[in-house]
Amino acid sequence: MSENPSTSLIHARGLTKRFGDFTAVDAIDFDVAPAEAFGFLGPNGAGKTSTMRMIGSVSPITDGTLTVLGLDPRINGPQIRARLGVVPQQDTLDTELTVRENLVLYGRYFGLSREECGRRADELLDFAQLTERQNDEVEPLSGGMKRRLTIARALINEPELLLLDEPTTGLDPQARHLLWDRLYRLKQRGVTLVLTTHYMDEAEQLCDRLVVMDKAKIVAEGSPRQLIERYSTKEVTELRFPADVQDSLDGKLDGLAERIERLADRVLLYADDGEAVAVAAHERGLKPETVLVRRSTLEDVFLRLTGRSLIE
Amino acid sequence: MTLPLRVTPTLMFGSRRALRLIERNLYVYRRTWIVIVSGFFEPLFYLLSIGFGLGRLVGNVPGPGGTEIPYQLFIAPALLASSSMNGAITEATLNFFFKLKYQKTFDSILSTPLSVADIALGELGWALIRGALYTVGFLGVMVILSIGVSPWLLLTLPAALLISFAFGAVGMAATSFMRTWQDFDLIQLVVLPMFLFSGTFYPLDAYPDAFRIVVQLTPLYQGVDLLRSLAVGVVGPSAIVHVAYLTVMGIAGLVVVSRRLDKLLLK
Amino acid sequence: MAALSHVLEHRAVQYRRTFRSSVFSSFLSPVLFLTAMGLGLGGYVDRSGGAALGGLTYLQFLAPGLLAATVMQAAAFEATFPIIGGLNWQRTFHAMYATPLSPRDIALGNLVWMAIRLAMIATVFTVVIIAFGAAHSPLVVLGIPVAVLTGMAFGAPIAAYSATQRTPNKFNVIFRFGITPLFLFSGTFFPIESLPGFLQPVAWLSPLWHGVDLTRGLVLGTLGQNPVAMLAHVIVLTTIVAVSTWAAVRTIERRLVRG
Repeated sequence: MSENPSTSLIHARGLTKRFGDFTAVDAIDFDVAPAEAFGFLGPNGAGKTSTMRMIGSVSPITDGTLTVLGLDPRINGPQIRARLGVVPQQDTLDTELTVRENLVLYGRYFGLSREECGRRADELLDFAQLTERQNDEVEPLSGGMKRRLTIARALINEPELLLLDEPTTGLDPQARHLLWDRLYRLKQRGVTLVLTTHYMDEAEQLCDRLVVMDKAKIVAEGSPRQLIERYSTKEVTELRFPADVQDSLDGKLDGLAERIERLADRVLLYADDGEAVAVAAHERGLKPETVLVRRSTLEDVFLRLTGRSLIE
Repeated sequence: MTLPLRVTPTLMFGSRRALRLIERNLYVYRRTWIVIVSGFFEPLFYLLSIGFGLGRLVGNVPGPGGTEIPYQLFIAPALLASSSMNGAITEATLNFFFKLKYQKTFDSILSTPLSVADIALGELGWALIRGALYTVGFLGVMVILSIGVSPWLLLTLPAALLISFAFGAVGMAATSFMRTWQDFDLIQLVVLPMFLFSGTFYPLDAYPDAFRIVVQLTPLYQGVDLLRSLAVGVVGPSAIVHVAYLTVMGIAGLVVVSRRLDKLLLK
Repeated sequence: MAALSHVLEHRAVQYRRTFRSSVFSSFLSPVLFLTAMGLGLGGYVDRSGGAALGGLTYLQFLAPGLLAATVMQAAAFEATFPIIGGLNWQRTFHAMYATPLSPRDIALGNLVWMAIRLAMIATVFTVVIIAFGAAHSPLVVLGIPVAVLTGMAFGAPIAAYSATQRTPNKFNVIFRFGITPLFLFSGTFFPIESLPGFLQPVAWLSPLWHGVDLTRGLVLGTLGQNPVAMLAHVIVLTTIVAVSTWAAVRTIERRLVRG
């Protein structure tokens, strides 16, 4: 993990952010390489957004070092921002302008000529599949369309680095998949993506590498597969029992699996062969209401590391 | 005619449940009482500045019945009428629109036993209560400053409420047709000229005959002349005309808004 | 400079969509006030003798005051909703901050736009004053920058305050107890000499009074009557604008950085 700072697109050591007495980000270290898709995975309040705002050079660092695109945000904020694209958690679209105007006027802030803004706007409208709606008001667009517009707008200056804060929160599954597809294409074009999310499927789908954040600290890092291999087993058997039976299970489950997690409504048995565990449980006389054998996910990783689930 | 029959039983039957809406508004406004209290000050400020400050330069003007009265006495009842109108319009347009479009307040209330007419009445009732508070306050000020102590003054309270009722009902009716915030300019386009030209600040004698007749047909003038006659103590048959006009206006507004709410909310 | 021009461009394109409603508040409303009060009421004031107005008709007395007051009200409006919306609802200011713009650019850009809007309104109203025949001096055109200065003396401090608010609730109180009394008692409708003796010095605390007196002097060509007072007006207004502009930049910046 000791990457050469000069090749990292983003380099952070001991990065800290405090608001008065409250520490939002506690001395974290990470590096983001060019053209990779890097994720910050963690529940709400973990410090992901604060970290993103520091990278975005809109929030001053309290302590530690941070270099973005080789520059110091404290000194070169505007220059860094000129080469970034930002997709914030809440859409900051201008409801008094049309879809197209949102793109063109934003481009002007980067010093592009009107013709250039218009040209890029056309391309981006096509990329975001919004060409038909370009002269519409922003207000009546669906959530997914607004998010696509925000992403398109973040690309108007052809950024080297795209920061996305919870890009698909609140969207329906179809919108999410469309967005993931678009982001994947960007990655193929060589744009570096840094995103935060509390959705494990998003992290698994999009990210080459990620760090898991909890309570202002980084608790693990690696590729999704590495994390699952390191912190969880290949498969998980979920057993659901009626409430009264659930309470009297002590002792009956011992030895069934490598690791056992007791949740409020079910029991998770971690092993490399989930089917075998299910069979063994049945042989012991346990009678669960439902049995589910599945692959491990990042949710399980997070549960292992923090004892809590990603989504409260 | 079936129309009055349809409306009147609801007015009588629904009115008790409409009280629940008033209760709800009281709850909401408990915390923003300062907004309500501050509404009392606006006509007071106008009275002090234009009534007294400017009044010194104006002296006496012809009042109802032709006698000359001090400018303060001329303007005070007119300010009361205007503030009754403005207060009712603000509540019946801005706040009503906000509840209708954004807070979807009424959608949830309709899943209770309350009916559409209840909603209209309840909202109007709330506007009237606020108006009554302002009116009592303003009348108190008038008495303290000894502007007009005719025995008819007591009737100005119900008369002011009638003005609020009329404009509140019509305001809600107009609002039920609006689609965006931009449409509110149209309301101001009607309200501001009325406020300025209905004999509020100067007698209608200032106008050429044709224009004077037009103004006398407008709603705020009814209220202004009614309250001024009561405050000065020169009450004639025109007062009855004013009362009838405002009453009909109010009922018409209520009917329209009930119909519109029916269409909008019970889809 | 370029950054500022981009902000202005943005606000200008937004304005294309909403200018129709501003026609009412910036043009129709003052014209109606001028007609009703200046002509209608004016007849009764003039009839009782214009001695108190220094030989002026009420229309001549009222018009410049109304100019300053209209610009003040427009400034109060421009300084609240666009700022609160830009920082909290649409969050367009945050979007601007994610570009090479600095918070200072964003704050100053929006204040300059406010001044431009005020200049537009003041120009239109000045034309109206001339059309009504109430102008008595070529200096009347200077009434435009003076009105803008007066407006900004309200707009800038209110903007500084707006940046600290997340909802417009407190503004009801500011408008009812601040703007409206100032509008009514700053020598707009009647000379401050008509105020009770002990209140007259208080009028000097009103930025609107400074603007009204100065504008009246320009429109009616009576500057020479009390040049010291006029100069004092300019200094007071300029100081208010300078200090509150600095404050507005600070509060907007703080809000943008905080997120």
